[in-house]
Amino acid sequence: MSKVFLALQAVEETRAIIEAIKEDNEHAVVEQQPAMTRVTAEGKLVVNAQTVSRYVGRDWDPQEIQLVLISLAGNVDEDYDHFTLYWEN
Amino acid sequence: MTMGTKTRKKRLSMKDKYKYMTRLGWETTYQDMDDVFPEDTFEGIKIHDWEAWEDPFRMTMDAYWKYQGEKDKKLYAIIDAFAQNNGQKNITDARYVSALKLFLTGVSPLEYQAHRGFAHVARQFRGDGPRVACQMQAIDELRHVQTQIHTLSHYNKYFNGFSEWSHWHDRVWYLSVPKSFFDDARSAGPFEFMIAIGFSFEYVLTNLLFVPFMSGAAYNGDMATVTFGFSAQSDEARHMTLGLQAIKFMLEQDPDNVPVVQKWIDKWTWRGYKVLGLVAMMMDYMLPESPQSWKEAWELYFEENTVALFKDLERYGIKIPDCAGTVSAEKEHLSHQIWMTFYTHNAAAPFHTWLPDEKKMDWLSEKYPNTFDKYYRPVYEQWAKLEKEGKRYYSEMLPQLCQTCQIPMLYTDCENEDPMQVVHKMTTFNGERFHFCSDHCKNIFEEEPEKYVQSWLPVHQIFQGNCGGATLPDVLKWYKVEPGVDNFDYVGSQDEKMWKEWKGEA
Amino acid sequence: MALVAKADYPTIMMDSVDKFHGNQLVYIGWDRHKLINSAMAFPLPPQMPFGALIAEVMPACYKDHPEFEKVNFEDGSVVWRLNNEEFTPDFEKSLIENGVDHKSLIRFETPHLTGINGVGI
Repeated sequence: MSKVFLALQAVEETRAIIEAIKEDNEHAVVEQQPAMTRVTAEGKLVVNAQTVSRYVGRDWDPQEIQLVLISLAGNVDEDYDHFTLYWEN
Repeated sequence: MTMGTKTRKKRLSMKDKYKYMTRLGWETTYQDMDDVFPEDTFEGIKIHDWEAWEDPFRMTMDAYWKYQGEKDKKLYAIIDAFAQNNGQKNITDARYVSALKLFLTGVSPLEYQAHRGFAHVARQFRGDGPRVACQMQAIDELRHVQTQIHTLSHYNKYFNGFSEWSHWHDRVWYLSVPKSFFDDARSAGPFEFMIAIGFSFEYVLTNLLFVPFMSGAAYNGDMATVTFGFSAQSDEARHMTLGLQAIKFMLEQDPDNVPVVQKWIDKWTWRGYKVLGLVAMMMDYMLPESPQSWKEAWELYFEENTVALFKDLERYGIKIPDCAGTVSAEKEHLSHQIWMTFYTHNAAAPFHTWLPDEKKMDWLSEKYPNTFDKYYRPVYEQWAKLEKEGKRYYSEMLPQLCQTCQIPMLYTDCENEDPMQVVHKMTTFNGERFHFCSDHCKNIFEEEPEKYVQSWLPVHQIFQGNCGGATLPDVLKWYKVEPGVDNFDYVGSQDEKMWKEWKGEA
Repeated sequence: MALVAKADYPTIMMDSVDKFHGNQLVYIGWDRHKLINSAMAFPLPPQMPFGALIAEVMPACYKDHPEFEKVNFEDGSVVWRLNNEEFTPDFEKSLIENGVDHKSLIRFETPHLTGINGVGI
């Protein structure tokens, strides 16, 4: 199956997002690179707003991911409670 | 008590909010829809239901202004800090600054072109969904060119080769390559523009442009560029999504669209790859600390990542662009051949070039085990001998250019295992002969010859007497390139002198 | 397939020969000598003798390659191609008389001279 990926700026807000991703996506692989954090996963990756909010200590809106997003691969599906990347093959 | 354990406030779903705030179009009755939208049918793309357009990010204007405003505040604070702290002194070496000169003259103007292009198509699509998404992208691209100019203006205070970027983009020989790329896209119809830029450039190839420059900046101590890079990249994710949405929308609307879209993907992946030759050279030769080679970047961002994308598109009948084989065959030669060309013609190019040192050559050996030591190290050793004798090599010749991509015809027949033989393709049109670097460029010409016979080829224009005169000094004056200041080798340059003073090495 | 456009698309020949002040464009390339990055472009009078190409134009370009001084244009060891077809130039005749017209490509190959280290560069 094809891999989706998400690359985020290695800043404070990203730490909470990464922790949430690790918790909700067992198959995700996290990699640190200069100034960025890369997450890859087979087929699908889900960022749950509820989980991120818990880590960050306040209500977190998935649209906030835009502030730290560098790049991605995969189809995007987003609503108030999640941000999801997926391939259909 | 943790706030996250409270139930999240119920509100209008993102889908509905987006629909009510963004999908405000209507069928005109006072005027014919075809008169209101005169450009969106001539290309032969058939759209039956514009309502099927979806914006996965469901961006509404209130969210847009809020997030973009926040990004700008963060960005400008960092640029200020960089300037206040003399960040320009913390880069690895002043040679790196030539990569920034290449960026400002070759890439930033393309952001402006993208702004103009998206602003145009934002008016031309009769669907309100793509119109809004394209409007936002148009503003994003304007933001990019502005933030890039702003960031690099700090380097302009100290280094040569920045101040005339706009004038150079329209005149200097090698910059006709990126310029004509975008002129081609913008003079196409709105659907082709979306495939050319929204999909091929902003999705398929984007990582091959931005990641090399930004990680190059990170590895070489250039915090300012890293910052504008990441700030722009967060917009790029929306652009990528728009591009992917655009292509899927076209393919799903009518099977007749598939062959048209495939042709555009083939054309624009190739045209984009040709422009990226500058990036290949930058990655392999212009970064004192190199995070990645061109070969590695191509293998990761295209051969690995893009294959996944095209697997997804397979069900529509779309195939991987037909140029993929050529690009792969060239990947171990491209950067070396491009650097050699700029080193050779550095009298006419307003950034510095130089010979790679031993450390760099050993890195190149390691990254290019099949080609570097066999073909290219001997060249640099030969040129090093000339340099030692005080005869640093500068060619006085002007190269033959490809009619389509406008690059000097330096590309070789790697696909047929003849990597030292320049490829020469030819065709005639209207009684005149035209030359190409490849079958791909030749095919692009033959599909639309009336378009490409209009190429403003710098070398031919010089010989026609349209560039200030017949001699190099005449042409440089017309270019507004200051000889001995903007051009020639890094060694002996004003940039080098200043750098050495800063480092106490004068 | 013809150009797809909204309306009439004019044909504008940017590089027609009349724009070069009595000269024509000629490109010259040396096969498998990649030290010289590409074929080079020259604005030349069509009446120029082919021999002048060899005596004046080519040395100005190829002096940058250490092997050029070994090229013998007289002994038949050089293989010539005009617009990708093999041809035998008459050094006494002019370019145009040799069939070298506007935007012609002249390639020469030296099978016995194989570049630096013999790898074609």
